[in-house]
Amino acid sequence: MSETILKIENLSAQFITKGDTSNPISILKGVDLEIKKGATHAIMGPNGSGKSTLSSVLMGHPSYQITGGDIKLLNNETGKLESIINLKPDERARKGLFMSFQSPVAIPGLPVPLFLRNSIQAIRNGDITPKEFRKELKSTMEELQMKDEFTKRYLNEGFSGGEKKRMEILQLKLAKPRVAILDEIDSGLDIDALRMVSDGINSLVDHNRSFILITHYKRLLDYIKPDHVHILASGKIIRNGGSELVDILEKEGYDSFIKESQVA
Amino acid sequence: METTKKEKAVFKKDDYKYGFHDPEKFIYKAEKGLNEEVVRNISLMKKEPAWMLEFRLRSLRLFFEKPMPNWGNQKALNGIKFDDIYYYLKPTSGQEKNWDDVPEDIKNTFNKLGIPEAEQKFLGGVTAQYESEVVYHSIREDLEKLGVIFTDMDTALREHSEIVRKYFSLIIPPEDNKFAALNSAVWSGGSFIYVPPETNVSIPLQAYFRINAQNMGQFERTLIIADKNSKVHYIEGCTAPTYSTDSLHSAVVELIAHEGATIRYSTIQNWSNNVYNLVTKRAVAEKNARVEWVDGNIGSKLTMKYPAVYLKGEGAHGEILSIAYAGKGQHQDAGAKIIHAAPNTTSNILSKSLAKDGGCASYRGLIKIEKNATNCRSNIQCDALMLDNKSSSDTIPYMHINEEQGVKIHHEATVSKVDEEMLFYLNSRGITEDDAKGMIINGFIEPFTRELPMEYAVELNRLIQLEMEGAVG
Repeated sequence: MSETILKIENLSAQFITKGDTSNPISILKGVDLEIKKGATHAIMGPNGSGKSTLSSVLMGHPSYQITGGDIKLLNNETGKLESIINLKPDERARKGLFMSFQSPVAIPGLPVPLFLRNSIQAIRNGDITPKEFRKELKSTMEELQMKDEFTKRYLNEGFSGGEKKRMEILQLKLAKPRVAILDEIDSGLDIDALRMVSDGINSLVDHNRSFILITHYKRLLDYIKPDHVHILASGKIIRNGGSELVDILEKEGYDSFIKESQVA
Repeated sequence: METTKKEKAVFKKDDYKYGFHDPEKFIYKAEKGLNEEVVRNISLMKKEPAWMLEFRLRSLRLFFEKPMPNWGNQKALNGIKFDDIYYYLKPTSGQEKNWDDVPEDIKNTFNKLGIPEAEQKFLGGVTAQYESEVVYHSIREDLEKLGVIFTDMDTALREHSEIVRKYFSLIIPPEDNKFAALNSAVWSGGSFIYVPPETNVSIPLQAYFRINAQNMGQFERTLIIADKNSKVHYIEGCTAPTYSTDSLHSAVVELIAHEGATIRYSTIQNWSNNVYNLVTKRAVAEKNARVEWVDGNIGSKLTMKYPAVYLKGEGAHGEILSIAYAGKGQHQDAGAKIIHAAPNTTSNILSKSLAKDGGCASYRGLIKIEKNATNCRSNIQCDALMLDNKSSSDTIPYMHINEEQGVKIHHEATVSKVDEEMLFYLNSRGITEDDAKGMIINGFIEPFTRELPMEYAVELNRLIQLEMEGAVG
């Protein structure tokens, strides 16, 4: 039996338009989820179900306000689950949470290596010499078959969809998080790129690292086998199960699950 | 006789690193305010030829006659107290070639500013001006052997009088504007560079301008002549102590790029917040010549500076890259002017401005296409980044187009705020909000900083970072 590393309890959240708190939109309406060390979870759901909101809320996006419930992360030192909802995104990252973005923003003028070095120094809470950093970056990029020219570019600027996803996986590999939330990492990828990205993720799977794969489609799960599958609809998890859920979904679509949950 | 006057430092509490000052020492200090006698004394002290004294006196009359510009920040401009300014202060008896011979305080100041260190590492020559006079000057022997002249303007007037007389005030006459007239009347120091034909000065030459005394006026005069097919890069840096009263910096800079020559003039101006920085900078580019102004404006109370390139010969190119940072109580009214006076001339303007804590950063620019200047191309990009809701930015572009044939002008202006999604992305990677803001800002000005020698780019990023500290609530 392994320990729980992340626990989401009855989590509700709403979206606030900046500078206008009068019109909040409720998106999460009581989500429960428990993630064990080393487990891979897939969260599937139709468009607008709140999948991406869940990942943003877990990471602490300022546009979402938590209206109820809690998010607890295992403190390795005390062995206890502790609430992280009052922590800023950078603090969450330094506690071992990682989120890959569905469409990462470009930051013009910010050189990739400068960004990566700052990021991993922050996450690892320690200096890394330029030499050590270059060595690690080079070998990690080779594993992902990324060309050296990536290091001469600005962060995500002018990157194709596939290049952006690869950059996310590169960061995932360098960050070595305890919990990785991958938001539609498969979207917009052709079959070769999907295999590459999946290999990158699989290479990181170990008994101390947990994954939350947020996806719309089955095809990612052909490459990465989840231990648990959850179906999210209208801001709630309406079904928990194993990988058999994926096949049912493939045959019957989301509607049957949604109807079933409404009846219940 | 050396006079020493001790003053109590009046420091404002801020982050400006170069706000310290030395005790004021001088050989000669003109009385406060401006009149004919002050001008005559400057000329007398410098043992100038009669033509220069006449030029100064004519300029002084023009300064008194000319009205203040009726545009720009009127309140700040009309707040200049010309009678409270000291127009000339000679800090030492002479100019040294060895830092060890420079008086201790002054040497220490330049040490703190990192000048001797930079000189050893990557400069081909240095002049260091303190108040009104150049106190240190050196040029590498190999450059001297090539016939490159790099000296202060006063020495040039004595030793290269013919060439100075030929070009001095040729492109910025005292009639040009009130502050050019003022500089012409009381100018002192500045750099003079002459690069012989077919000569490439591959390492930069630098001048550093330091104001130390309170209520000081600094009026250096720089003239750079690049002869046919030659190439030179000149770097200018400036700082001043922080005082509660105002100082005035009003330079005139003239560049002449002969056929096929390239001049790059890089400035990192980092005045304290009590300095009025009102500078006239203009260049002429002959056939196939290239002039590049790389102009960084951080600090000062009010800056009005519009480096200009007059594209006189066919195929000439002008490039004006600038950044301006305006913090609390600061107004950066900076920009660019390009005059396309010949066919097939091209120009590129890139302006990046940042404003914070109620500061105002304006871009004011002029593109002029003269009649018969066919097939000209000009590209203008102005980007402003606002760091809070209190600060402001203006873009004021003027275009005077007198020729249509083959002329292409592209103008683009953007105003943006630090993007929340960018911040979240960086934060989610463990980077703190302050650091993330710094990275976004440094990225924003990167098209400018990449044009600077590496050491200056690092310093500029550090300066901006310093200004940003505490920017995040």
